Amino acid sequence: MNKILKYVIVDIVRNKIVLIYTFLLLLISLSVFNLESSATKGLLSLLNIILILIPLICIIFSTIYIYNSAEFIELLVSQPLKRKSIWISLFGGLTSSLCLAFFVGAGIPILIYHADLTGIMMIATGLSLTIVFVSIAMLAAGMTRDKAKGIGLSIFLWLFFSLIFDALVLFFLFQFQDYPLERVMVFLSFLNPIDLSRIQILLQMDISALMGYTGAIFREFFGNGFGIMFSFVGLLLWAVISLLFSLRRFNKQDL
Amino acid sequence: MITVTNLTKRFSKLIALNNISLSFPKGECVALLGPNGCGKTTLIKSILGMVLPDSGEIEFNNQSISGKWLYRNQIGYMPQIGRYPENMTISNVFDMMKDMRKDNKGVLDEELIEQFGLNKLMNKRMHTLSGGTRQKVSAALAFLFNPDVLILDEPTAGLDPVSSESLKDKIIKEKRNGKLILITSHVLSELDDLVTEVFYIEEGKLAFHKKLIDLKTETGELKLSKAVAKIMLAQ
Repeated sequence: MNKILKYVIVDIVRNKIVLIYTFLLLLISLSVFNLESSATKGLLSLLNIILILIPLICIIFSTIYIYNSAEFIELLVSQPLKRKSIWISLFGGLTSSLCLAFFVGAGIPILIYHADLTGIMMIATGLSLTIVFVSIAMLAAGMTRDKAKGIGLSIFLWLFFSLIFDALVLFFLFQFQDYPLERVMVFLSFLNPIDLSRIQILLQMDISALMGYTGAIFREFFGNGFGIMFSFVGLLLWAVISLLFSLRRFNKQDL
Repeated sequence: MITVTNLTKRFSKLIALNNISLSFPKGECVALLGPNGCGKTTLIKSILGMVLPDSGEIEFNNQSISGKWLYRNQIGYMPQIGRYPENMTISNVFDMMKDMRKDNKGVLDEELIEQFGLNKLMNKRMHTLSGGTRQKVSAALAFLFNPDVLILDEPTAGLDPVSSESLKDKIIKEKRNGKLILITSHVLSELDDLVTEVFYIEEGKLAFHKKLIDLKTETGELKLSKAVAKIMLAQ
């Protein structure tokens, strides 16, 4: 298994996209921290960019990578190797290289400019988001053999989690505004890994007051150590469940 | 050595294998024949675990292969169309395969690499190779680990006459070493001096199975292609 992982990582590193992604992140984070008047403001701007960029890059790059590795996978499956270890190695290679890219590109600038609990929290959520979206990409890539359909599905999933989900929640809130929905909101936020990360960071930044009464409920639920743990478990579940479903599909796939 | 019982595989509406049962004993050189799309490759891929059958059982050395992978240590597979990671060089591919099958003790068999002259091409990337050179890489990889079973899917398609001959010599040599060799081919004339048994598959079913000698004496033909044609017309 480690051997497959090694070849996957070498292959990804040789592929320049991850390198470009690292430099892009580095460029964005350095310019954001230098342009804004305070480091906290910089962190907030960076948060908004990261919450859009990480899911997009991770899901699309991973989907395309899985499709482009079709030959490699086919070659390995005919060898004395477990299908499970082939799939997990692909996952491991993608997550480790993309996490490294995020850590170098965004993590190090954050540590330089804003090395407190909020900064560390942001690095942790960035890394978790990377892992979650790689798993979702592997699930999407396993759904169909058609590359165009698979990439389309990935883009849709990204759009769904970044925009459509929030729009649906807003719609839902306006429809039922006469009812107390604050606690339902806590539950709904678990259905979207991006929202979960955003809430987590915003609470850390102490600007939950801007969110009104819902903010207070969020504060009460997510604000303590238990809540933080709970939201990370939520992210972990997203990653594990998508990966398990994709693995089950891969185990049954004809090559 | 390999036993297939009541194997069925459907691809949506198409029935690729229809309740087929056969067995390949050790030390034979078996030809799998049949028209295009009759399920030969599906059968081979099922044995390799690349295609998962809907029902039926495949046994390798009297052990069911479902969910297993270690048995593939004893198989060398040469696919019909070799597909390799495009930006790897030939030597990368060989090194990777050696690395992955390292637990496979025993000597590496690099005879074909030499005979095909692949040594001079080691630094070429896979996407620059011609179809024939890819076939050579596939063949060399299949024989590299000295496996007990060789599964060759259209081995000589796309090879030049010289390489084709050296591959055939190699197959005969390995047959003498008591290995099971499974060959599918359309070019029947090539199989004449290789095979000992003939399995003819049609529409996912076994049409007939005979030893080559029996087949020739029954039909009174000296050439495999003529003998097969005669039997198919008689049926």
